[in-house]
Amino acid sequence: MMTKQSDDVIVKTLSRLLIPFMQIYALYVIAHGHYSPGGGFQGGVILAASLILLVITYGLDNTLRRMNEKLNVIMCSGGVFIYAGIGVLCLILGGNFLDYAKLSPLLGVGIAQARSLGILGVEVGVGMAVMAVMVSIFLDVATGGLPSVDALEKTSRDND
Amino acid sequence: MIWQLDLIICLFVIICAIAAINVKDLLAAVIILGAYSFFMCLLWTNMGAVDVAFTEASVGAGVGTVLFIAAVNRTKRRSKD
Repeated sequence: MMTKQSDDVIVKTLSRLLIPFMQIYALYVIAHGHYSPGGGFQGGVILAASLILLVITYGLDNTLRRMNEKLNVIMCSGGVFIYAGIGVLCLILGGNFLDYAKLSPLLGVGIAQARSLGILGVEVGVGMAVMAVMVSIFLDVATGGLPSVDALEKTSRDND
Repeated sequence: MIWQLDLIICLFVIICAIAAINVKDLLAAVIILGAYSFFMCLLWTNMGAVDVAFTEASVGAGVGTVLFIAAVNRTKRRSKD
């Protein structure tokens, strides 16, 4: 199974070294999305790939202890909320949907900088949503929709 | 754009695509599809579409391969046809 902890010390050490760099790189891609290639979608996918690597090497239960499924669902809908919220905020302030220039009095900066900050906010929202959805799809495919061993033990303990 | 490099990458893309369809082992097909994605990524970069190449590398070769392997893991590894 893909969701068990790996016994190989080389694989575990390498992934432990690699995962922080992957996550920093993903945050870099998201933060520089409006200047260079990349953006919310690609950065979110790289962030999800780091979490998938964590599931493959350290097992499902260790990963769910760091990022449980409730947090996953909150990040998924929160990302969509940030994206749509910025768009609707521009609509409320008298512009079109996602018309970032209208955010400039709210942020207290010029129009050009308001456009840049608006795009950055949208990229962060897209990155959060994409990461949560990718991790959720992988967990559903890899476990067949079954809960983890810890969750099963917890429900049986609650029932006793 | 260097046409020799373009031709070689194009050839590799076609070889990988035909091999991914014809191979019987589904896990091997998934890995060949990942190689196909990487060559496609090189082709996009060669054509100057760096953003598309980035998406191809992260989604096609990264997460897509993992999702396919997870799906193969839940079903049978050998294909009948």
